[in-house]
Amino acid sequence: MAHAYAPFPYVAPPGLNAPEPRHKVVIIGAGPVGLVLALDLARRGTPSVLLEAGDAVATGSRAMGWSRRSLEIFDRLGIADKVLEKGVPWSVGRVCHGDDEIFSFDLAEDPGDRMPPFLNLQQYHVEHFLTDRALADPLIDLRFRNRVTGIDPDADGVQVTIRTPDGSYMLAADYAIACDGARSTVRAMLDLDFEGELFEERFLIADVEMEGDLPSERWFWFEPGFHDGQSALLHRQADNIYRIDLQLGPHADPKDESRPERVIPRIEQVIGPDFDLDWVSVYSFQCRRLGEFVHGRVIFAGDSAHLIPPFGARGANGGLQDADNLGWKLAAVLDGRAPPSLIDSYNRERVQAADENIRQSSRATRFMGPANGVERLFRDQILALARKAPFARDWVNSGRLSTPCIYATTGPDDPRLPAISRPGAVAPDAPQGAGWLLAALGRDAMLLAINCDAPAVADLPVLPVEVNPAVVARYLGRAGRALYLVRPDQVIAARWVEADARQIAKALAALWEGRA
Amino acid sequence: MSLIDTPNIDDPDDFLAELLAAHRGLTEAQSHALNAQLLLILANHVGDPAVLRAALALARQR
Repeated sequence: MAHAYAPFPYVAPPGLNAPEPRHKVVIIGAGPVGLVLALDLARRGTPSVLLEAGDAVATGSRAMGWSRRSLEIFDRLGIADKVLEKGVPWSVGRVCHGDDEIFSFDLAEDPGDRMPPFLNLQQYHVEHFLTDRALADPLIDLRFRNRVTGIDPDADGVQVTIRTPDGSYMLAADYAIACDGARSTVRAMLDLDFEGELFEERFLIADVEMEGDLPSERWFWFEPGFHDGQSALLHRQADNIYRIDLQLGPHADPKDESRPERVIPRIEQVIGPDFDLDWVSVYSFQCRRLGEFVHGRVIFAGDSAHLIPPFGARGANGGLQDADNLGWKLAAVLDGRAPPSLIDSYNRERVQAADENIRQSSRATRFMGPANGVERLFRDQILALARKAPFARDWVNSGRLSTPCIYATTGPDDPRLPAISRPGAVAPDAPQGAGWLLAALGRDAMLLAINCDAPAVADLPVLPVEVNPAVVARYLGRAGRALYLVRPDQVIAARWVEADARQIAKALAALWEGRA
Repeated sequence: MSLIDTPNIDDPDDFLAELLAAHRGLTEAQSHALNAQLLLILANHVGDPAVLRAALALARQR
């Protein structure tokens, strides 16, 4: 059934009556990225004020495809069980040309992973789970109907002006994190502009409710008969709500195309007449980002920093990875454990990730809406070849699904160890006793000791790893033993087959200084 | 391996005749489609990105 949008309560903030004590972190925007950041900071002991202009979760399904990495992040924040219970996991995608299926792919569950490769769940459900956690956390001061109207950064902090139903007030904080989305007011107030490309393609997205029992698969059509030679995408979500994305082409008028009398006949051609239209929106493709994500004491994360076309689910998943990358760094700098330069590594690493997401998404966009001439010729012939030759299927691009960026790093490495767990990559999961390796990692930097004793290094807890087939495949390869230095965000910083305490301490120092 | 830019087909005249025969009866658009498919098939067969880049450079050379 359609989602009921109950408002969260507004409470008059203390700053309306008297100046508030200086805060450590103010987060602007309580969407998925802001909420994940606040929860991650809280579990590291860092309090934050989370300002939200509205008082309800997002309207419509919006970001609805959550990657394995996002599910792992949700697990650390304590909402994975709810997300897994409510969401629709999937691994099979079908790609059609015209009205024929030309091939299917299976992302395949691996017994080494706790989480499915992908799971569909409307953004409003995820925001609800995150908001409930945030409201219950004493370290998070979540304020609804608190709209930022001014921001004034200086060398050591930020002054924020906020409007509420009861008037305006000001807050001071050491850092402000702008998680206020694609139309970020913070970005506009600081007069920062996006660099990149605005595509002319427009897409219509709709949530429809129907009783049918379509399989939990991703269906993508190039030039379907039911939609005038444009692309279409169908996903199953929770509560019998299906998500449909239809390409409209460059000349579509968003207002006109959003009218139910225009939308309903289009959708009828995909799924038949028995459905209720729950939500509809039209958007244009954009591949753009801020030149820098860190502007002194104002830091951008999620859509406020980068806009990425949706095929590949790289927008919100990328945004959660921003928050994941930033949380431990911000906490360590505020605690005096790390120098402020650690924050610069957030900029370096997440700009690299945004560029990768933009590169992948631009290519997918080009493939879906090729320019006339040679671009269309090759697109069409790849689709024709994919019907008869398996090799051409790799070229068919209906969106390259989000995987975590592997950060550029010169952290110590050993070529005998498997590529999947090289420095810069997120530590792959593996079963450990009755539980899982990622769940055992904790919130601090850690040294994994596999088939060996770890040398003692100050301020570095050691996790002895149980050896099983997944650990051999993902962490040992041809080596009989290994040591892995893992960052607080579960990214591998360095690894060795053999190392002494001095080498490990050197890599640990580089980790806390944010050196590449 | 580097790009072979010296003769490598036993009977080049035969191949050219077969190539042109494959295009016989096609419209210009169909011919373009056939060439595009042929290029993709052969590129996949070659595989080596260095060889493919060298081939692209040679084709672009005036």
